[in-house]
Amino acid sequence: MLENKEHKVIGTRPIRHDGVDKVTGRALYGADFQAAGLLHGRVLRSPHAHARIISIDTSRAEALPGVKGIVTAKDIPDAGDKIADLGEGAVNLKYLCDNILASDKVLYKGHAVAAVAATNPHIAEEACTLIDVEYEVLPPVLEVRQAMEPDAPLLHEHIRTTSLGETAEEPSNVASHIQHKLGDPEKGFAAADIVVEREFITGTVHQGYIEPHNATAHYNADGQLTIWCSTQGAFTVREQVAEILQYPISKIKVVPMEIGGGFGGKISVYIKPVAALLAKKTGKPVKVLMNRSDVFEGTGPTPASFIRVKMGATKEGKITAAEAYLAFEAGAYPGSPVGPGAMCIFAPYNIEHVIIDGYDVVVNKPKTAPYRAPGAPNAAFGSETVVDEIAEKLGIDPLEIRLLNAAKEGDRRADGPVHPRIGCIETVEAAKAHPHYTAPNGKKHHGRGVASGYWFNIGLESSVTINVNSDGTINLIEGSTDIGGTRASIAMQAAEVLGISAESVNPSVVDTNSVGYTAVTGGSRTTYATGYAAYEAAQDVKRQMIARAAILWEVDEANVQFADGEFSSINGKEEQISFRDLCGRLGETGGPIVGSGTVNPGGAGGAYATHVVDVAVDEETGKVDILRYTAVQDAGKAIHPSYVEGQIQGGAVQGIGWALNEEYIYNDEGTMTNASFLDYRMPTCLDLPMIDAVIVEVPNPGHPYGVRGVGEVPIVPPMAAIANAIYDAIGIRMTELPMSPDRLLKAMGKI
Amino acid sequence: MRDFSYIAATTIPEAVALLGEKGESARILAGGTDLIVQVREARRDVDWMIDIKSIPEVNVLDYNAATGLVLGAAVECYKIYANDAICDAYPSLIDATKIIGGTAIQGRAGVGGNLCNASPAADGIPPLIVLNATCVIAGPNGERELPVEQFCTAPGQTALQKGEMLVSLKIPAPESNSSSYYLRFIPRNEMDIAVVGAGASVTLDAAKETIVSARIALAAVAPTPLFAEEASALLAGREVSDEAINAAAEAAQAIARPISDMRGTAEQRTHLVGVLTRRALNGAIQRVQEAT
Amino acid sequence: MARRSHVQTTINGETVEFLCEPRQSLLEVLRDELHLTGAKEGCNNGNCGACSVILDGRLVNSCLVLGVETEGKSVETIEGLAAPDKLHPIQDAFLENAALQCGICTPGFIMSAKALLEQNPNPTEHEVRYWLAGNLCRCTGYDKIVRAVLDAAAAE
Ligand code: FES
Ligand code: FES
Repeated sequence: MLENKEHKVIGTRPIRHDGVDKVTGRALYGADFQAAGLLHGRVLRSPHAHARIISIDTSRAEALPGVKGIVTAKDIPDAGDKIADLGEGAVNLKYLCDNILASDKVLYKGHAVAAVAATNPHIAEEACTLIDVEYEVLPPVLEVRQAMEPDAPLLHEHIRTTSLGETAEEPSNVASHIQHKLGDPEKGFAAADIVVEREFITGTVHQGYIEPHNATAHYNADGQLTIWCSTQGAFTVREQVAEILQYPISKIKVVPMEIGGGFGGKISVYIKPVAALLAKKTGKPVKVLMNRSDVFEGTGPTPASFIRVKMGATKEGKITAAEAYLAFEAGAYPGSPVGPGAMCIFAPYNIEHVIIDGYDVVVNKPKTAPYRAPGAPNAAFGSETVVDEIAEKLGIDPLEIRLLNAAKEGDRRADGPVHPRIGCIETVEAAKAHPHYTAPNGKKHHGRGVASGYWFNIGLESSVTINVNSDGTINLIEGSTDIGGTRASIAMQAAEVLGISAESVNPSVVDTNSVGYTAVTGGSRTTYATGYAAYEAAQDVKRQMIARAAILWEVDEANVQFADGEFSSINGKEEQISFRDLCGRLGETGGPIVGSGTVNPGGAGGAYATHVVDVAVDEETGKVDILRYTAVQDAGKAIHPSYVEGQIQGGAVQGIGWALNEEYIYNDEGTMTNASFLDYRMPTCLDLPMIDAVIVEVPNPGHPYGVRGVGEVPIVPPMAAIANAIYDAIGIRMTELPMSPDRLLKAMGKI
Repeated sequence: MRDFSYIAATTIPEAVALLGEKGESARILAGGTDLIVQVREARRDVDWMIDIKSIPEVNVLDYNAATGLVLGAAVECYKIYANDAICDAYPSLIDATKIIGGTAIQGRAGVGGNLCNASPAADGIPPLIVLNATCVIAGPNGERELPVEQFCTAPGQTALQKGEMLVSLKIPAPESNSSSYYLRFIPRNEMDIAVVGAGASVTLDAAKETIVSARIALAAVAPTPLFAEEASALLAGREVSDEAINAAAEAAQAIARPISDMRGTAEQRTHLVGVLTRRALNGAIQRVQEAT
Repeated sequence: MARRSHVQTTINGETVEFLCEPRQSLLEVLRDELHLTGAKEGCNNGNCGACSVILDGRLVNSCLVLGVETEGKSVETIEGLAAPDKLHPIQDAFLENAALQCGICTPGFIMSAKALLEQNPNPTEHEVRYWLAGNLCRCTGYDKIVRAVLDAAAAE
C-alpha cells in the first residue's frame, strides 16, 4: 500500500491555506457568529459538588425584563437508558442528558441545572442569579481511592461494578474493572534479579484550550435546526444532539466554525443542546458562551489517578515482568480513559509476563473528557519512572535499557494486538544520537531525564470530495475541523497525487449537509484518515482525467499515463497535456469532474516518542526550571513538517505544565479553588526554552504515504522525563503530579 | 456583570464630592485591572465607577534627586519603569512594576491602584514600605498624609474614610549608599500572584561593609502586606554578613502569619519568607556594593 | 439600566461612534457592537492576552478596559494591521514560521508583538518571552511564535 516515490509536495512547508484569515483576525470562530435578532444564553451551574435537586423555581428570573426563555432538564425528552455510540467511546445517553442539564442530582460543582436566553448576556447572567434552586446537599467524594472505599458516598445508586464479565451485587462508585494479562507474571517476577514497585498519584488537569465552548442554535419554521459552533467533530455534534433531543439527524445541520483548540475536550457536547433547547423555546437564534470558570468547572478535564507499577528485570537489564494497577477518576459519570491507559502503559517494551488491572471510578468532579492520548500520560508517568529507577539501580543507561527491551514489529502488546511496523527503537536511537543527550550537564542541582511514550492512534471514517476547476486548481471539500493546519496537510496529499502545488488546492471545511460522514478531529486521525480520503478522492479525479485524455486523443484509457503533472499517451500517438490544460477541456470531454474518497482505514499505526529534558531545581524554593527540551517522535511520514513539529512542541509543553504546576485544587466542599488561568498556571512562554522537535520517519504501512498520527503521543513522556530529571538533579523520586514547588519542598524535607 | 454608572471626574474636589455623595456604592477607577474583574465576578458591588484618569494630580510623575518622587495614584507601571532616574533611585519599585501582571496589564495598572486594592499579595506595596513612602490622601476635609504601612487594614480594606481618595505617593530621595530590592516567589515565571513577596532596602556605610539601616516588608503572609519592623531593626549597625541576614530572615519568619490556599500552603509560605528575605537583603546589598 | 453612552473614538485610523453601557468592556464593544471579532475572549479577566489591542499606543487587554473609557482615544486592532494587498511583516512571519495552530491566540500575539517591536525593534529571545508572557497559547508550545517575532524583528 505504501507508495515508494519521491515526493514533490509532501514534506514541504507551504503556507497554510487558512493562514491569512487567521493572522488578520478575519477567521470566524464559534463565538464570532452573529445573526439578526440573536439572543444570548447563560447556564446556571450548581454551587455544590454533590446534592439532590429538590426544586427549581424560575419565576423570578422569568419576570426580569429582557429574559426570553428558560430551560431545565424537564425540557429534554426522556431518554431512558439507551446506549448511543458517540465519538470516542460509548456513552450512556441518560448520563449524557444529565450532564447537559442535571435532572435529579448535581454531581459536581459547576454542573449545569438551568439556562436562560435574554436580549443581552448581562441580563441572562443576572437572570441566572434569580433562579431559585433548592438543594439537599450531600457529602462529596473527591478522590479515587476514597471513592472506592465500601462506605464512600455513592454518586449513582444503580452502578454495580462490572468486573471481567461479572456484575457485582452491591452498588459502588467503581463502574468497571478491566484486566489484561500476558504470560505468567509470577514466573516473570521470580526470574527477576531486581524488582521495583512504586505508587503514583496524578492530579486532575484540563485541556486548557484558549477558546471557551460556544454554540449558536436556530430552528427554522420548518423544524430545521442549525447549530454553529466550535467543535472537533460536526458529525459527532449532530449525532449527540439528535440523541439528546430525540430529533432526526436529517433535520439537524451543524456548521463547524473555526475552533480555538480542543485536544479532545471539544468532542463531548455541553451547551450545544442547551442552545438548541433555548432556540426552540424562544423561536430565535440563541448564542450560548461559556466563560473560563465554566470551562474549568463544567467541561471535561482529564482524570486524576492512582497508579501502582511493579517491574522486574535481570541484572543485564532485561525486563522480565510488569504489573500495573490503574485507578482512574471518571468524574461524575463512568467513562474514564483507563482503557487506553492500560493499552499504552507498557507498550514501549516487549515484556513476556504482564498483568494490568484498570478501574473506572466515579467521583464528584466534572465528567472527564479525552485529552491528548487520554489515559496514556498518567500511566506512563508510573511505568517510565519505574524503568528509570531500574536502569539506575542496575547502572545501565536509561536509553540503553529502553533499547534492550524495545517493542518491535511482531511483538504482542499486553492487551492483545501484535505490533505492525513501529518506530519505537528508532525514536530511542535518535534520542541517543542527539547532541542534547551527550551535552555536559554537570552543574549542581541540574539534572537530565528521559522517558518514552506510546499512543495507538485511530482510523475511523472520513470523506472528501474534490471539484476540479477549469484553471487547473481543485476545490477540496472535507469535514475535519482544522485545529492545527490540517487543511494544509490534507490538501497536500491530494496535490501530491495530482502533481499540482499545495497552493492549487482550495480546501474547505464544510457543514454536515455538504460532505460525507467524517469522524472527529481527534485520536491523531485527521491527517491520517482524512488525508487518506483526500488521496482516494484525488485518485478518483486522476482516473476520470485519464478517461478524458483518452477521449481527447481517441485512445484507449490504458494507453494514457499520468506522471509529474502531465498526461501522455503511450503505445503509438505522441500526445501530451498538462493537468492544468486538461482541466480547461473538461467541458468538451464530458463535463465537470467531481472526485470522491471515503475511508475507514484500519491501519492507523501506533506512534512512539522519546523525550530528553534538562532541569534546574532551586533547592531553597522547590521550583523546577526547564533548561533544555528535545522531543523525538516517529511521524511515519511528516506531510507538513512544520505542523508536525508544532504538534510535538505543543504536546510536550502541555506535558511540562502537567508535570510542574497544573492541577485542579479542591476545597473540602468540592469547589475548585483555582478555576482561572491565573491560578491554574499553564506554562507561559517565559517558562520555557525552545522545544527541539525531532521527526523520525518509519513509514506506516497502513497509509499510502506512510503517515502516522502525531498529535497525541507527545504529551505522554514529559511527566516521567521531568521526574527522572529531578531525580538526577537532587536524588529524590517524585511520585505525585504536579511536581509543584511545595511538593518538592516537602520531598526535600524543607517543610 | 452588574449594571453600574460611569463618571469621569476631572478634578480632585469633583471626585471627592462624588465619593462622599455615593458612599460605599462608588469606587475609584484607575487602571481597572483589579476593579473591573472584581465587579464582573461579583466580588465587589459597585454602582458608580469614578474614573480619575483625567485628573492632573493623579498623573504626576515627578522625581527630584533632592526631594524625592511624587507618584500620582493613576500613573501606570510602564511609565514608572520607563523613567531611568526612577529606575536608579528606587530599584525595588521597578522590580515590582515589571512583574505586576503581564505587559498589557502594566499598560493600565499602577502602583496607586495596587495599593488601594489592598491585596495581601500586592507586589507594589512592599517596595513602597521599604522605600518609606507616604500616602497623600484627599478628602472632604482637605488633604492628609499617612505612612504607607498603615494604609492597608485588611484584605481589600484601607484606611481611606468616606469621601477620601488616594492622590499620590511621596517617596523620599534615596540616601547615598542605599538601594532596594523586591522579589516574589511564584511557581511560574510571570503572570502569577505572589505566593510570598519580600522587599528590602538598605543603607550601608561609606565602606559598604556595615548596614546603617534597613527596612524589610513582606507580602502574602498576613491579611495585609507587612512592615517587618523588628527584623529591620536587627540589621542596623551590623556588619554585612550571612549571620546578620539570617537573623533578620528568622525575625521576618516570626511575624509571618500565612494561610494555606490554592496559591501555597502556610508551611511553604513561612519557609519562603526566610528564603526571600535573605534574597531581597542580599540583592539590595549587592546593588549598593556594585554601584560606583 | 444605566443609560447607554455615546462614545467617539478612533479605531484603526477611522473615527467611530458607538453606544454602549458602562459595563460593556472594550472587547464586548469591538466584538458585539462593531463586529470586529478579531480580538478574542479567552478568559475575560486579563490572564490570556487573546483580547490584546493597542490603546493610545499602549498594549492593553481589551477585556479590562470599559468601552466608555475609550472616548477620544485611539484603538488599534488586528483588523487594522494589514494593508489591503499586503500583510504586516509580523503577520508574514507568523505564516512563514507556522506560528499558529488553532489560531485563536494569534491576533493577540500579533498585537502584542507589534507593541513590542515598536518600542524595542531588536529584542533578544528572553525579551520576547518576557513581553509575550501575558499571551497564552496552548497549541504551539510557543517555540514557533517566539521565532516568528524574532524573524519579524530581523526583517524590519
Ligand atoms: S480575554 Fe482578555 S486577557 Fe483573556
Ligand atoms: S494556536 Fe491555539 S492557542 Fe495558540
